[in-house]
Amino acid sequence: MKRERQAAASELSPREFLRWMWRQLTSMRTALSLLLLLAIVAVPGSLVPQRGVDSRAVEAYLTDHPKVGPVMDALGLFSVYTSPWFSGVYLLLMVSLIGCILPRSLVYLKALRARPPKAPRNLLRFPASRELVTSSSPHDVMEAARRALGRARVDVVDTDGVSELSAEKGYLREAGNLLFHVSIVIVLVGVAATALLGYRGAAIVVEGDRFSNVLTQYDEFGSGALFDREKLPPFSFRLDNFSATYQVDGPQRGAPLSFEATGTASDGVDGQERPFSIRVNHPMKVGGASVFLVGQGYAPVIKVTNPDGQVVFDEPVPFLPTDPTYTSNGVIKVAEAEPEQLGFQGFFLPTFAIGEDGATRSTFPAPYAPIIGLFVWHGDLGIDDGLPQSVYVLSKTGMTQYMDPDDPEEGYEVSLEPGESQRLPDGHTIEFVELKQFARFQIAATPGIQIPLIGIVAGLLGLVGSLSVRPRRTWVRARREGERTVVHVAVLDRVPRVDLPADLDDFVRRLQDRLAPLDEGETP
Amino acid sequence: MTLEQLGRLSNYSVASATAVLALAFVAYAAQWAFARNSMVRPEPVKVPVGADGAAAEPETDRSYAAGGIGFSLTALAEVILLVGVVTRGLAAERVPWGNMYEFSCIAIAFALAVYLLLVRLWDIDWVGVLVTIFATIVLGSSMLFVYVPPGPLVPALDSYWLVIHVLGAITAGAAFLVGAAASVLYLIKDRAERNTPEDQRTGFLWRMPASASIDQVAYRVHAFAFPIWTFAALIAGPIWAQAAWGRYWGWDAKEVWAFITWVFYAAYLHARATAGWRGKAAAILALVAFGTFVFNYVGVNLFVGGLHSYAK
Repeated sequence: MKRERQAAASELSPREFLRWMWRQLTSMRTALSLLLLLAIVAVPGSLVPQRGVDSRAVEAYLTDHPKVGPVMDALGLFSVYTSPWFSGVYLLLMVSLIGCILPRSLVYLKALRARPPKAPRNLLRFPASRELVTSSSPHDVMEAARRALGRARVDVVDTDGVSELSAEKGYLREAGNLLFHVSIVIVLVGVAATALLGYRGAAIVVEGDRFSNVLTQYDEFGSGALFDREKLPPFSFRLDNFSATYQVDGPQRGAPLSFEATGTASDGVDGQERPFSIRVNHPMKVGGASVFLVGQGYAPVIKVTNPDGQVVFDEPVPFLPTDPTYTSNGVIKVAEAEPEQLGFQGFFLPTFAIGEDGATRSTFPAPYAPIIGLFVWHGDLGIDDGLPQSVYVLSKTGMTQYMDPDDPEEGYEVSLEPGESQRLPDGHTIEFVELKQFARFQIAATPGIQIPLIGIVAGLLGLVGSLSVRPRRTWVRARREGERTVVHVAVLDRVPRVDLPADLDDFVRRLQDRLAPLDEGETP
Repeated sequence: MTLEQLGRLSNYSVASATAVLALAFVAYAAQWAFARNSMVRPEPVKVPVGADGAAAEPETDRSYAAGGIGFSLTALAEVILLVGVVTRGLAAERVPWGNMYEFSCIAIAFALAVYLLLVRLWDIDWVGVLVTIFATIVLGSSMLFVYVPPGPLVPALDSYWLVIHVLGAITAGAAFLVGAAASVLYLIKDRAERNTPEDQRTGFLWRMPASASIDQVAYRVHAFAFPIWTFAALIAGPIWAQAAWGRYWGWDAKEVWAFITWVFYAAYLHARATAGWRGKAAAILALVAFGTFVFNYVGVNLFVGGLHSYAK
């Protein structure tokens, strides 16, 4: 016996094997397992930083975990949602879905044209069935049953003294079911389409500066495989003013109330300038893209003058905020300084106060008492050797820190409020000219975004249909026996339910209301 | 009344509602305890609409009284909690769901409303003991751990989608809670039905409907909640995300877990139609799904972070 089965198994031709695989893949059980697997493989992406979400956090994680980090990287744990194993699961799920939908659609199309199944011989063998008697004729019973059924597909067979009625309703359930599953495929296709065709980037723009939609102006940029990076639609905008308001009193002191970026924008290469206002939740549409306000911070304007009085650096430097009071960190790289380049690293505080422990900290996000504090390095900034370098990180390998002449253990400090300047040990002068603000914009174009939206809305409609419609078969058989008619009724649900007997009672009541009573009444 | 007074009134109301809910839990616990030795036929199934709700047996004892008290206390707690939620909104001069403390209060207010409504409709006061203890814990811990004084909305939340997206999620969550409580009792009752000999069937468990009816209650509540969750998490959420952040789906931690919750509830609904998964396995899936929902609320808000973290 066992050997026979083995032999049978080994005799599966490749074609049969494929067929068997396809059956397995498209079975309900497999679809369910794949669905659960998809949920499980999505988990690590929420616990480990992701490149697509926060690439800086990934770099920090790799620095903090030099041993495990690279292994996790190789496994794709920092880009879970584009990893081969995640894609594998969802592609399998999609194939399984399609494999489910196609045959079921054919069955459904056939069922739509089919008549309700004929009444089985013995209706009283169904768990939900009933016998009753009446003096009405079988023909009248059929008519009454037809009306009591309401909207259903009904067939009636009348043969010498025995009438049979078969009814079926709830066809929309399967339609809803199919629509729901088809819409999942539409959503998956739509998501893939928007990801392939769109682009998204982020840029920091300081007040008074202009942003042009070219690759070099972006701090971060990502685009789909089908998007040509050379063909970014031409548009530009100038940030004139950034305003932020904060709660000034009460327990929520310092909580942000509003952020607004205003300026002028022009569509195309030399389009008309028009004013714009961008707030959180209210993006600007320009050049087929949308410009979103996603962050803000301070950019002190720093001027560095060499010992001869020549200006070697004069520009706003964005300091990235690290907490709700806008304690911000930043780096200044003065490449023009000679004979050695200068590098500054430190903090900016919008409203500084000196605590009891002597430490300087920020107490409010608005700039009531701004200050910058910097440490100074001299040497080679390492930006001439062609390697790309972040503007927010100071590479200290080729540099030496200036130390405090009074205490060689401590670094030499620059501390400036707006308008102040300080002479450095090498004779350069650094000045905090004025304070500007910067806005961080996300610029995104998502062509095809309607596809997943339409898909998911259709899916919701299908879902509601498949969950609320109850498919039901009802059979009624009436046989004339002398002066009376014996009626057998049975109902059957395609989806098992505990309250079927109650529904049967309800139907029988409606049926009896339309029939002539018999003197003896109903037999049990 | 000044805003400060309104804020204080809200705090007192939420605290009192928590205390009353705790008493309601005690009453529901007594409903079980008093029925410990009683031997009762299962009550007639009252789940279906139209079925006659046969009056309780004449030997109605302290257990029934305790159940009635539990229901009344829950209704009272709901009224007090609603006062707390409304005054909170007045004190902050905006909708009262802008941070985690407020989400907890209004979510429990919704959960209690769903529960009270279903007790009237389907007579499901047997889930009361689980619903009240869960609600007490959520309200109590949100007062202790995530309380913030009333204040303005952070700019990111200042959108009408806050009403649609958050109310949808809260409504679904309220139903998920009742569904989960029913699923727990289904598992207990189903196990008892298979393991307890006919003559040892004493206690409150046997006053509850048969496991198949409990299963159907759980299914209906979940089938109600799932489309709402789909709307809140997968339609309203992405539309808002597109307007606020420039991408409709970015695998933010909150989004990932909302998706995981959706998948598990989808699997639950699927499992009920799949041979070999029906019954126990399906109920366990529903509970796992509820677990992911709670984790998304507590774990992701407090420990994981991400774009939605202003929720605290």
